[in-house]
Amino acid sequence: MPIKSAFTTSIDHVSILDAEARFDEKLGAGLIPDADLVKLYEHMCICRQLDEVAFKLQRSGRMGTFPQNMGQEATSMGAAYALEKTDWLVPCYRENAGLIWRGMPMEMILLHWMGDERGNAIPRELHCMPLAIPIGTQMLHATGLAWAAKYRGEKRLACTFFGDGATSEGDFHEAMNFAANLDIPVIFFCQNNFWAISVPGKIQCSAPTIAQRAVAYGMDTIQCDGNDIFAVVHCVRQAAKLAREKGRPFFIEAVTYRLGDHTTADDARRYREQAEVDSWKARDPIIRIRKFLTAKKLWDDAKEAALAERAEREVAAAVERAEGIAAPNRTDFFNHMYATIPPDLALQRDTAQTHGIGQDPSQIEGAVIELPAKSAH
Amino acid sequence: MANLTLVQAINLALIQEMERDDRVLILGEDVGPNGGVFRVTEGLHKRFGSKRVVDTPLAESGIIGTSIGLAIAGLRPIPEIQFEGFLGPAYDQICSHAARMRTRTRGAMTIPLTVRVPVGGGIHAPELHSDSPESIYIHQPGLKVVMPSSPYDAKGLLISAIRDPDPVMFFEPKRIYRAFREEVPEDEYTLPLGKARVVCEGDAMTVVSWGSSVVQCMQAIERSGRSIELIDLRTLYPFDMDAVEASVKKTGRCVIVHEAPKTCGFGAEIAARIMERCFLYLESPVQRVAGFDTIMPYYKLELDYMPDADRIARAIEETAAY
Ligand SMILES: Cc1ncc(C[n+]2csc(CCOP(=O)(O)OP(=O)(O)O)c2C)c(N)n1
Repeated sequence: MPIKSAFTTSIDHVSILDAEARFDEKLGAGLIPDADLVKLYEHMCICRQLDEVAFKLQRSGRMGTFPQNMGQEATSMGAAYALEKTDWLVPCYRENAGLIWRGMPMEMILLHWMGDERGNAIPRELHCMPLAIPIGTQMLHATGLAWAAKYRGEKRLACTFFGDGATSEGDFHEAMNFAANLDIPVIFFCQNNFWAISVPGKIQCSAPTIAQRAVAYGMDTIQCDGNDIFAVVHCVRQAAKLAREKGRPFFIEAVTYRLGDHTTADDARRYREQAEVDSWKARDPIIRIRKFLTAKKLWDDAKEAALAERAEREVAAAVERAEGIAAPNRTDFFNHMYATIPPDLALQRDTAQTHGIGQDPSQIEGAVIELPAKSAH
Repeated sequence: MANLTLVQAINLALIQEMERDDRVLILGEDVGPNGGVFRVTEGLHKRFGSKRVVDTPLAESGIIGTSIGLAIAGLRPIPEIQFEGFLGPAYDQICSHAARMRTRTRGAMTIPLTVRVPVGGGIHAPELHSDSPESIYIHQPGLKVVMPSSPYDAKGLLISAIRDPDPVMFFEPKRIYRAFREEVPEDEYTLPLGKARVVCEGDAMTVVSWGSSVVQCMQAIERSGRSIELIDLRTLYPFDMDAVEASVKKTGRCVIVHEAPKTCGFGAEIAARIMERCFLYLESPVQRVAGFDTIMPYYKLELDYMPDADRIARAIEETAAY
C-alpha cells in the first residue's frame, strides 16, 4: 500500500498595515472607520503614557512591581474594539490597553500594582476578569464563561489573553481540548512576544508557529501581526463570527514583542540583544498608526502635541486619584474572605492589632498588655 | 570563611555539589543565563553549561514530573519553582508521585530530588508571591521539609538535602535572601536534617520558630529583656521535638511563631506535641503568633498580616503574665 498523507494543513498569516505603513486595501478597507482609528490611536498613546508613568512610580518607590505593556498595545485593544461589550475579557497582566478601552478606570490598574486590593473591585458591567498572576490558568475560566453563555443560549463569547510561555502549562492544553471538543465559543488570544521572562520562545514551542498547537486540537486558527491593529481586528472579527454562529472556539497567535523588561523586577539586558529590541522598536504599533493617519491627513503635529498634553494630564489625574485614596484599614484583608465572616475569623480580625496571639482576649487578665518600649536601634 | 548573604550561601552550595557530583543538575524557569529571578543560580549556567543548568518550558508539573524520572534514573535533580504561589500545578507530581514512589515500589525506587522554592512575604511582591505553604507539604507523608533562616544553615542544610535519598522541599525565605550576611565556611559541610538550632539560651520562656520569622523573634526577644530561649526548627519534617521538649521542660512557657495561617499551621502540631510531652511542666498555655486565616494580602497590608516583632513581643508579655 502506498503511504498516503493523513493530514496536511497550512496556517495563514495576516498583515494589513505593515511596518512601513503599507496598507492592504483589499483586507483593510472599511475595517476600522477613520474616526475610530483616531480614537484607537489616541487611546494607545494614553496607555503608553500610563505605562511610562507606572515605570517611574515603581522606580521612585511609589508602586510595586509593574509589567510594562509597551509594544503590545495593539493586541488587547484590537480585541476589545472588535468584540461586543458583553463579551468577556479574560486577561493575563499585559492588557491595560484593552481593559481601559473596555472601561476599566486607570486608577484601578494603578491601585492593583500599588499593592491595594481595592484595585480589583471591577465593575460587573465591564465583563472583565481580574488580572491572572498564575500563568496559564485563566484560559480554563474563559472556557467556563463561554460555556455558560452557550448553556444559556446567549451569543456571548469569552476572549482570553496569554503569552507564549503560558502555552506550555497543562491548564492551557486542557482549556484548548475542552473548548474544541465541547464546542465552546471562546477565543484564545496568544500574545507571542518571544520571551517568557528570560526563556526564549524556542523552549516553549519548537514548531515554527504557536498556532499549530490549535491544529492538534482540531481548532481553527490564524496568525497575525500583533503590532498591526488592523490585522488584530480582522482576526478577532473572524474568530468572533465563527464563535457566534457555530459556537466554535478559535485560536489567534499574534506575533508581537515586549519592548520593556518582563517586569520592573527584571533586567532584560541580561538575556536579549539590544539589536533585537531595536528591530522591534521600528515595528512599534503606535508609530505605524501615526504614519498611516498622517498619510491620510487625519493627523498632524498640532494634534500630536495636543494629545501628548492630554495623555500627560489624564494619567497624572489617574495617579492622583490612586494615590489620593486613603490607606486601607489595617484589617481590610479580613473582608471578602467569606460571604459571612466565621466567628473565629472575626475574633482574629478584632484582636489583630491588640493581641499578640489574635485569640480570645478573655483568657488574659488585664486584656491588653503594655509592651516594653522599642530599643533605640 | 566568607561573609555571605543567604542567596550567596545557596549559590555556593549548589556550585560545590555540582562540582563534586556530576549527577546533580538544576532545572526550572529562568534558572539558566538569567541566573534565576532571585539570582540564586547566578553564574551556574556559564560554569556548568546548558546540559546541567536547564531552562525548561513554563510548566511546573513538567519540571517536577520530569525530575521524578531523572531521579529514578539515578540523577540528582534540583528543580526550582520560581515562587511558592506556583507550586499549584506541581502539587500533583510532588504529592501523588514524588512522596509516594518509595512506598509504592516497596523501596525499589527512590526520588532523591530537592525542590527549591522561595517562600514568604515582606518583599512588596504581587499577589501569589508571598505565601507560606510549608504546612501543606509537612502534612504530606513521604516528603522532607526544610526552611533555613540564616546563610550558614542554608548552605549546610541544602547540601544535606541534595545528598538525601528522599524528596526534600527546600523552602527559602525570600525576605531574608539579602537582609543580612553571615560568616559561611568556604569548604563544604553538612547540617543534619531534623536537628533544630538553639539561637539563644534562656530559662523563662521558649520561643519556637522557623524561616524569616526567626529574625522577628530575635528582635522581640531583645526588646523583652527576659531570659528567653529561641529555637529555630530549621527542618520542619522530620522536626526536632526533642529540642523543643527539653527547652519547654526547662522554661515552662512557650510561644510559637510562624508566618503561615494559624489554622492547621505547623504551630498547631508543635503545640499539640508539647501537650503530649510536657503538659505537667507548663505554667501557661502555649501561644501562637501566626498569619491570620486569610489570603495573604497585597503588599500594602502584608506587614499587618505577618507576625512582626511587636506582635511577638505582645505574645511574650501575655505568656509571661499568665
Ligand atoms: C504558574 C506560574 N509559574 C511561574 C510564574 C512566574 N512568571 C511570571 S510571568 C512569567 C513568564 C510569562 O511568559 P509568557 O506567558 O510568555 O507571558 P509574557 O509575560 O511574556 O507576556 C513567569 C515564568 C507565574 N506567574 N505563574
